[in-house]
Amino acid sequence: MCLGVPGKIIDIYQKGGLKMAKVDFGGVFREACLDYVEAKVDDYCLIHVGFAISILSESEAMETLDLLKQIGEFEEQLGTETQT
Amino acid sequence: MTDETINVEGAVCAPSLPHTEQIVMGHGAGGRMSHQLIQKMFMPAFQNSALQAGDDAALVLPEHGRLSISTDAHVVFPLFFPGGDIGRLAICGTVNDVAMLGAQPLYITAGFILEEGLPMDTLKRVIESMRAAAEEAGVQIVAGDTKVVQRGKADGLYVTTAGVGVVREGVNISGANAKVGDAVILSGSIGDHGIAVLGARGELGFESAIQSDVAPLNHLIDAMLEVSNNIHVLRDPTRGGLATTLNEIAAQSKIGIMLNEQAISVHPEVNAACEMLGFDPLYVANEGKLIAIVAKEDAEKVLAVMKRTHYGEDAVIIGEVQGSLKGRVLLKTAYGTTRVIDMLAGEMLPRIC
Amino acid sequence: MKYVTEYRDAALVKNVIEEIHRTVTRPWTLMEICGGQTHAIVRHGIDQLLPHQIELVHGPGCPVCVTPLELIDKALEIASRPDVIFCSYGDMLRVPGSKRDLFSIKAQGGDVRVVYSPLDAVTLAQQNPAKQIVFFAIGFETTAPPNVMSVLQAQRLGLKNFSILVSHVRVPPAISAILGSPHNRVQGFLLAGHVCSIMGYWEYPPLVEKYKIPMAVTGFEPLDVAQGILTTVQLLEAGKVEVANAYQRAVTLEGLKPAQDAINKVFMECDRKWRGIGEIPMSGWGLRPEFDQFNAEKRFDVDAIRAEESPLCIAGQILQGLKKPHDCSAFGKQCTPDNPLGATMVSSEGACAAYYRYRE
Repeated sequence: MCLGVPGKIIDIYQKGGLKMAKVDFGGVFREACLDYVEAKVDDYCLIHVGFAISILSESEAMETLDLLKQIGEFEEQLGTETQT
Repeated sequence: MTDETINVEGAVCAPSLPHTEQIVMGHGAGGRMSHQLIQKMFMPAFQNSALQAGDDAALVLPEHGRLSISTDAHVVFPLFFPGGDIGRLAICGTVNDVAMLGAQPLYITAGFILEEGLPMDTLKRVIESMRAAAEEAGVQIVAGDTKVVQRGKADGLYVTTAGVGVVREGVNISGANAKVGDAVILSGSIGDHGIAVLGARGELGFESAIQSDVAPLNHLIDAMLEVSNNIHVLRDPTRGGLATTLNEIAAQSKIGIMLNEQAISVHPEVNAACEMLGFDPLYVANEGKLIAIVAKEDAEKVLAVMKRTHYGEDAVIIGEVQGSLKGRVLLKTAYGTTRVIDMLAGEMLPRIC
Repeated sequence: MKYVTEYRDAALVKNVIEEIHRTVTRPWTLMEICGGQTHAIVRHGIDQLLPHQIELVHGPGCPVCVTPLELIDKALEIASRPDVIFCSYGDMLRVPGSKRDLFSIKAQGGDVRVVYSPLDAVTLAQQNPAKQIVFFAIGFETTAPPNVMSVLQAQRLGLKNFSILVSHVRVPPAISAILGSPHNRVQGFLLAGHVCSIMGYWEYPPLVEKYKIPMAVTGFEPLDVAQGILTTVQLLEAGKVEVANAYQRAVTLEGLKPAQDAINKVFMECDRKWRGIGEIPMSGWGLRPEFDQFNAEKRFDVDAIRAEESPLCIAGQILQGLKKPHDCSAFGKQCTPDNPLGATMVSSEGACAAYYRYRE
């Protein structure tokens, strides 16, 4: 149900009354429908069966990665402190 | 009273049209039209004495040694795709199959099934491509056949090729020869051909710059055999991909294979296409890559010579042969976990899950 | 690939896994309810990295798996008609009906086509006015907005030759059915990330309240799955009964309102049969009566079709997390990916297929 692949919006246009975009998946390009999201060119969206189902939030992404990087660091610090 | 302007002598039926623009049923009937087609389209391209003799079979000099013989049918659609076409595919496919036994490919035969309405120009392009591929591989196309079928029955054209080569003296290469401890070498990145053709078909609506890797590998194999007598298995991972081919070898040799996922290379665009469609590159077809299973002590030098040879530049060791879990191919992931790699079951389909 | 590679980073995954090991103090049984997550777990071997106290059960999260046998038979009947071009997502082609599958229909002359997007089926309808185009509209909530757009677009274009065969299922009623069962062992849920991209996760707090089971919205890359598991385990260990969002870059509480509006405009809730499980009330979506002209079940005469499931197949119990593939007497013997008895072996996402392909 859930194959959603991130792609970058590189062009937006109307087609058959729908808001469509040319999406770059990393050197592979396909059309996708943007009717459900308020996306702009250069946004990254999750694309599922040719439709954007989410705009990926860069800030949330960075926050998550930072948080997960820190998990180990904190434990390492604790470890060092108890040894001294 | 006769009208002198009317001349009734020598009245004949209108001559048939020469049909130089497209294939029609007459081209396959075996008569003058067929002969003209062969003389005009095939002979100039595939020039060699055996073919020029014009007999029903090619007369060639005997070779000493064991023969490697293979055959293939080519039905790829579309006929032309980025990086290649059905003609190049036909020659390289059979050259490679023959060469995978450690043989020097010598002669190719080509049978054509042409669809009524096929533009002559298309046929010309395919023939030229076959000529060029044969020249690159150093083989001669010595016999052929053409048939014509009704419109709608051949996707433009189908080609069947057979190839003959001579196996080098002292060489013993077979899918059954892999030994525990052998290194598994892959000559380059996987998935290019399958994705290139899928993209060219257009049904799934994606575009990319991905090119088929279709290539003749016999010169690469020659270079490898020059440096080592301990190449146990050679095979090209075509339909079904790397996974299916390795499974075949594991079953034939009754050994296990452990792969290192991080060593297997996939071009970023091929990867992107696979992600988008839900494909696994391990199962996507290749037409210009080979797997070599080599005794451990020779692995590095075989690898080195491959990297210096055209079509082997990106060669890498991707795994090794094990004694446990015979018949099974396993993969070690980037996380240190292991999973089983089975062969492709049916057709590979894009998924939504 | 951006937004993919970072979430496959081995060092980060290791970090999170180690934290899971540090956090867990007693056994917990978790369920993920998405075929895509099952695929990721098995492909990367994530369950091999978890502490032995954590058991992951694979729930009925694959819309291909849970499409009832009867509906497949109806699809096959429609697809075999000479005036029909039958369009489907790729994974449905192999799903066996009572006797045949779409591949067999295709081999016998049926015009069966794989489409990547439902809009491709609409385009086919425009290009083939003399044919009936029928699109097999399956999916969970994630695929509903694309599927309904095909109907809205067909309506906008005034197409008279387009219809859809609907088999939509919803996650919250499935979770209720699982948690409400007297045999339930599940103590924590990994929620399907992309379902939540569309629907948000406001539907889950009432379920969490009712059954006292914590849930974490989870993504699909190895790092996302590990994070989802960590979050759920943290909630369990702390005795916190709530819904957490472990997929923040792609999911908000409210979800995508235009998509939800489109779904409500075209679909209405209905009872649905889940293959192997049986009927779960109000667990599906069907076309509203005002869209009857786009309803393939109304356009084609398929009402009389009934089907019985294979007695050997225990897909239903596997989908509910009551049994594992290895518990099935037919697993690996009469039932293999080449010769599947039930949908959990047919779909590459099905628990049985995943186990068969990836397990040692």
